[in-house]
Amino acid sequence: MTASTALQESWSKLGKFAPTLPEPLLSVRDLNVHFPIRRGFVIQREVARVRAVDGISFDIRPGETLGLVGESGSGKTTAAKAVIQLSKPRSGSIKFEGQELVGLSTSAMRSVRRKMGMVFQDPYGSLNPRMRAGDIVGEPLKVHGLATSRDDYRSQIASLLSIVGLAPAMAERYPNEFSGGQRQRLGVARAIAAKPSLLILDEAVSALDVSIQAQILNLLQDLQEQYDLAYLFIAHDLSVVRHIADRVAVMYMGRIVETANSADLYTRPLHPYTQALLSAIPTPNPIHERSRERIILKGDLPSPLAPPSGCRFHTRCPIATDVCSMTVPELRSLAPDQRAACLLAPGYAESAI
Amino acid sequence: MNRLPLPPNEPGAARTKNADALMTEDPPTSSPPLLQVRDLRTSFHTPHGDITAVAGVSFDVAYGETLGIVGESGCGKSVTALSIMRLVPNPPGVIESGEVLFEGADLLKFSDKEMEAVRGDGIGMIFQEPMSSLNPVLSIGRQITEPLEVHLGLKGNRARSRAAELLDMVGIADSRRRLDDYPHMLSGGQRQRVMIAIALSCEPKLLIADEATTALDVTIQAQILELMKNLTSQLGTALVIITHNLGIIARYADRLNVMYAGMIRESGTAEQVYMTPAHPYTIGLLNSVPRLDRPASDRFDPIPGEIPDPGNLPSGCAFRPRCRWATGRCEGTEPVLEPFGDRQKVACFESGAVARSSQVAWT
Ligand SMILES: Nc1ncnc2c1ncn2[C@@H]1O[C@H](COP(=O)(O)OP(=O)(O)OP(=O)(O)O)[C@@H](O)[C@H]1O
Ligand SMILES: Nc1ncnc2c1ncn2[C@@H]1O[C@H](COP(=O)(O)OP(=O)(O)OP(=O)(O)O)[C@@H](O)[C@H]1O
Ligand code: SF4
Ligand SMILES: [Mg+2]
Ligand SMILES: [Mg+2]
Repeated sequence: MTASTALQESWSKLGKFAPTLPEPLLSVRDLNVHFPIRRGFVIQREVARVRAVDGISFDIRPGETLGLVGESGSGKTTAAKAVIQLSKPRSGSIKFEGQELVGLSTSAMRSVRRKMGMVFQDPYGSLNPRMRAGDIVGEPLKVHGLATSRDDYRSQIASLLSIVGLAPAMAERYPNEFSGGQRQRLGVARAIAAKPSLLILDEAVSALDVSIQAQILNLLQDLQEQYDLAYLFIAHDLSVVRHIADRVAVMYMGRIVETANSADLYTRPLHPYTQALLSAIPTPNPIHERSRERIILKGDLPSPLAPPSGCRFHTRCPIATDVCSMTVPELRSLAPDQRAACLLAPGYAESAI
Repeated sequence: MNRLPLPPNEPGAARTKNADALMTEDPPTSSPPLLQVRDLRTSFHTPHGDITAVAGVSFDVAYGETLGIVGESGCGKSVTALSIMRLVPNPPGVIESGEVLFEGADLLKFSDKEMEAVRGDGIGMIFQEPMSSLNPVLSIGRQITEPLEVHLGLKGNRARSRAAELLDMVGIADSRRRLDDYPHMLSGGQRQRVMIAIALSCEPKLLIADEATTALDVTIQAQILELMKNLTSQLGTALVIITHNLGIIARYADRLNVMYAGMIRESGTAEQVYMTPAHPYTIGLLNSVPRLDRPASDRFDPIPGEIPDPGNLPSGCAFRPRCRWATGRCEGTEPVLEPFGDRQKVACFESGAVARSSQVAWT
């Protein structure tokens, strides 16, 4: 099966649709985050810029998980940092519970931040080594004044630790006395301490061994059910994302190239990049693996300082034609809850944005 | 040199044929395997105590075959490879005992000088971190021509032409010009290609790839792995792939060793180990990985508990505290790797019961 017949097959599964969507918790529109590259000693001149996030839009509904996937440098972390206002957008809108976050004052942002927890990739670097586990977990309670007394503070910490599967007595220990998986549990406990409605998980399970990764993914699913949490789940591993995400957005060089509900994305990817990404993942099944044809992309990732013209994927795309280097594809609705930015995808030409 | 005849160029076909042969025929008894590791033990004597990183490991690699080594972090995969290459940092590391027979000769008895020669044209190795294994102040060309000069006696322009050919072979375009580039001018994927070119430059009989693609993006990872597999099968090079990724092993390895806490717990052909796993740890691993070849189930069935502290292993079977099948016997005695059925080996007292239940679960 060649790449293009695989695509034809995938495309042929398209049906008719009429979208209906509930109110989003988080709504991001036309977000741009650029990093200027400056040179010069006295006067710093901008010599180039990295368009790390280049006009992306997505929604997350209450209690829902959006998986954000893409290769290294595609802009996932930058997008997540913009949501919690750790990186400053150049333009665009970020609405959380209906409130615009872009341009919000620092003090106003602090109360919004209570409702957003964040867990980072590195279970070693992200916890202060000189703080006891209990105080690490309890920090958000202090910052937002959520404990009524010393006893209340302690009992909230104890219950947070047991929610994530750690013994409350572990509150007295320091991070270096915990294993990688336990540290990630601590990170999750801290992130949910202030009872957020959105958790941003940036490669939160990527550094863990598979047996520990599976434990943490189960924990995240339990917490979501119990507390109606929404997740922005960032990962480069599409097979992990499939297990946890309701919908998935695929990024390539600063842009979202496809977004769809999980079931459709995995059975019927519409963008050639999504398809290559799925095809590249080997499955733990020798019989299946040895009979399977894979789409192997040619070439390296282009430099972010000089992104390709037109469709940024055209230099590696197995089906690109001349038009792909000239026209920038938009993310268009091609099926119910499924949008893709490929000029050659079926229905692209006929559909509006 | 008794090289295997070159397998057909098509990698998929070559591999499938290989795997069939391994499953149905006995290995040829006339010529010994390329590599025989026998009861290898390597420890680290640290200020915090002694760690037995490799605790009695034995396995073979046949000429031209691909062996996978899997297991979670700290189980001893890298130390096994470093012991074979005699590159274990000393101190604190010491190869305590065992044999590493490469074409019948014990590498552990070789002088440093003899070992240098083996590392050049007998065994090539690719490490996880390409930036730390390429020298940042030497051009790519210099780093590829050096082994060609030392081991093959190629000089000047001939070495340079061969180096350019090698870059072509690993898919780096404009190879003549790229010889003058320095490592920082290359992408992660390109650096890993250069590492493959260097490792294969003297056509070693064995290539050890330790997490060679782990740091790379999936689409680049796929490119590099296909390249490595194609080149080694064209050259008849045996390949040892070390990874924690069960999917990579399933796709590329003929046989595999599953390691846990310094020991091989299960080994066999890929088909056997994945389809009829007989060690509880293997089953636990397979149940923990998200897989695209199955319906997205809601929950995993992970192995309970934590990976044990290598300096403080449980008595008896090291997997016992996390094992659902454990009985009293597992506490007192350490199980050894024993034949289980046809060509499979398992180190578990309950392997019979485990295999029966795993067959039920997997069909
Ligand atoms: N502070 C910064 N200054 C300049 N460039 C930056 C900065 N932060 C990120 N970038 C660049 O922006 C792009 C997107 O980076 P980002 O970290 O968002 O990627 P990512 O998708 O999270 O990648 P990964 O999977 O490796 O974490 C990259 O090209 C990166 O080099
Ligand atoms: N230089 C060293 N000093 C002390 N202990 C070491 C050293 N190198 C390895 N070890 C220990 O030896 C054991 C085996 O390590 P090894 O690097 O072989 O693991 P691995 O299976 O390759 O893991 P990973 O998947 O994380 O690479 C570990 O417990 C490790 O801590
Ligand atoms: S627009 Fe063209 S280059 Fe881009 S993905 Fe579609 S076919 Fe490939
Ligand atoms: Mg990131
Ligand atoms: Mg290792």
